Amino acid sequence: MESVLLKIAASHMRPLLIVLSVVVLYRGHNEPGGGFIGGLMLGSAFILYAMAYGVKKTQKSIFFDPVNLTGLGLLIALASGLPAILMGEIFMTGQWITLFSNTFFELKLGTPLLFDVGVYFTVAGMLMLVMFSILEE
Amino acid sequence: MTLILPIILPLLFMVVLMFTRRSLLFQQFFGIFASVLLLLFSIWLLTDILKNGIMVMQTGSWVAPFGITLVADLLSSIMLVTTSFVGMIVMIYSPGFIDKERQTAGYYPLVFGLLMGVNGAFITGDIFNLYVWYEVMLTSSFVLIALGGSAEQLRGSIKYVTINFVASIFFVAAIGILYGKAGTLNMADLAAKMQTWEANTPINSALMLFFVAFSIKSALVPFFFWLPASYHTPPIAITALFAGTLTKVGVYTMFRFYSLFVVFDEQFWKIFILTLAGLTMLIGVLMAASQFDIRKILSFHIISQVGYMIMGLGIFTVAGVAGAIFFTVHNMLSKTNTFLAAGLVYQKSGGYDLKYLGGLYKASPVLAVLFFIPALSLAGIPPLPGFFGKFFLIKGGFEASEYIITAIAIITGLFTLFSMVKIWNEAYWKKVPEGVSVSGKVHPSTLIATAILAGSVVLMGIFAGPVIDVCLQAAEQIVDPHMYISAVLGR
Amino acid sequence: MLFLLAILVGILYGAAVYMLLRRNIFKLILGLIFLGHATNLLIFVAGGLTSGQPSFLRGLTGETAGMADPLPQALILTAIVIGLGVTAFALTLVYRFYKVTKTVDFDQLSENE
Repeated sequence: MESVLLKIAASHMRPLLIVLSVVVLYRGHNEPGGGFIGGLMLGSAFILYAMAYGVKKTQKSIFFDPVNLTGLGLLIALASGLPAILMGEIFMTGQWITLFSNTFFELKLGTPLLFDVGVYFTVAGMLMLVMFSILEE
Repeated sequence: MTLILPIILPLLFMVVLMFTRRSLLFQQFFGIFASVLLLLFSIWLLTDILKNGIMVMQTGSWVAPFGITLVADLLSSIMLVTTSFVGMIVMIYSPGFIDKERQTAGYYPLVFGLLMGVNGAFITGDIFNLYVWYEVMLTSSFVLIALGGSAEQLRGSIKYVTINFVASIFFVAAIGILYGKAGTLNMADLAAKMQTWEANTPINSALMLFFVAFSIKSALVPFFFWLPASYHTPPIAITALFAGTLTKVGVYTMFRFYSLFVVFDEQFWKIFILTLAGLTMLIGVLMAASQFDIRKILSFHIISQVGYMIMGLGIFTVAGVAGAIFFTVHNMLSKTNTFLAAGLVYQKSGGYDLKYLGGLYKASPVLAVLFFIPALSLAGIPPLPGFFGKFFLIKGGFEASEYIITAIAIITGLFTLFSMVKIWNEAYWKKVPEGVSVSGKVHPSTLIATAILAGSVVLMGIFAGPVIDVCLQAAEQIVDPHMYISAVLGR
Repeated sequence: MLFLLAILVGILYGAAVYMLLRRNIFKLILGLIFLGHATNLLIFVAGGLTSGQPSFLRGLTGETAGMADPLPQALILTAIVIGLGVTAFALTLVYRFYKVTKTVDFDQLSENE
């Protein structure tokens, strides 16, 4: 499908959607959002691009493969259970650290967020895998 | 603590294989290595549970009714060992049978995804988590059955996907209804709560939905049509893996649920399950008798033999359940073995249709023996394990005075023998039909895998005594769920 | 509200079964989607629509009295994710089937080979 409007929109939307997906991913632990929705947004950024420019060109423009992205996500999700073992607790017990505490930039990081990052990559990878195989003529 | 490993190890192997999916040789060797590792670990788990009793792990340090509990009793660990063994055999078999496109298109990671789902379903102690593991297992099997994408496979997989999705929906709906009533999802906690309920609390609708869902997954009588319509479409190594693991997960879940959740109307459930078991045995074996494709005959036999397992559940005495567990283990091995032997036939003469097969005994006696052992075991000829499985089931049936179902079980055994003899006569014994060549090459890896499996079937028959002892202990834990409940809830 | 949702669940199940029994294979996908949504709503309703029932701790008073049970929502979220995966796969499957056989008719499925 050749559409100039879609092409221009897709190339501008792609970075925007990627940034937005990270925002949604980060706020997910306490507010609406999370790894799944973020992953959907990340995936749709590339799917939109693939709809406008074709799958081949999209695959060339990205430096990763959807399957590897899924694998990376699974690996991260798996790794999020390991800090608990290092602390001598049961697998998957949540561990938290607070960076820059009591300042404006206070940042609470923990294994649930890491797990969410894993979900984020897995969902994006799977979605791209499925949609690319449909869009591929 | 170590209980998480049956889930994590396959996941890790799957990820490694995903990253390396282009290098064929590495995948083949790593697949075998990883599955052997999985088998060794599950054997260790079984011995540990035999020694120290039921093993429980509260993931994420959330105490029992609140978090997801992983729990392995003897039945779970027996199933874990058998599944990993079947997985290992299929891993050894696959390099020689499955074509290169499928092998590099993600076959190996998907098999480990399937094993992860199956293992998870065996050791989880939470209903909703069980559903999730079912879906992990099913999604992997969806992709495996469609892998390669020939028209025939697509036809089969659309039926397979639709029916299994509908079954999953029944499952979730039942979980929702049960949760609305009980307010908990932990299986042990649910069972403990149910025992305090009044006698006619309306939970049979949820239980019936569960029953229908698992009947579809394990191909019980009114719900079995999807199995013979789809199982013969993918390459036979995949079919063998499915035959050895998937329907048995449904059977396992039925055992677990029956033991924990059927606290009212036991008489109704008993008659209901025994009726379906009898029908399943008979209809499966009769439909098998009319088929001429080896894969279809064997597929219908899966159904018939699920009937035996469910019969043990319906009897629900220690002897009956132990017989059913023994029979399930034997069936997972023998069924996989017959399918793999059919794969050898395919390599030798290029087809599965009995009309165009023949003379294989003369062409290769080894192939004939490798089919002969599991086939006779399925038919129930001593001293092979199928005989002991049926013997214990029938003995349990007599002791519980369930004469009708026992008679059906014996008749079904005869019909099974008929089908097996039919395959034997047509494919191995009769003369080669005109225009059929039996000079195909059999890949050594497939031969080795089938031989190991056939050897294990024979060994299981020889060491039936120790195996049935373990099964009896497992059955005691199933018939009396209090040990399970108190192990999980810690009181 | 409970009554309305019950009717909605029923309608969705009815529509799903109707779609599943059509001969057009793309309507099968719609049927599967409806089936999934109907069940999600069922869990939502069965898990307790009325407020004041936090999970595991029924009959609370005071500050927590107005809280709804969060667990069914978590279950539904999981079910939605799984439903998405299966639907996406079924979609590719049906699309491939259409490409291979050039038809959307279900009767082609039962063709014996």
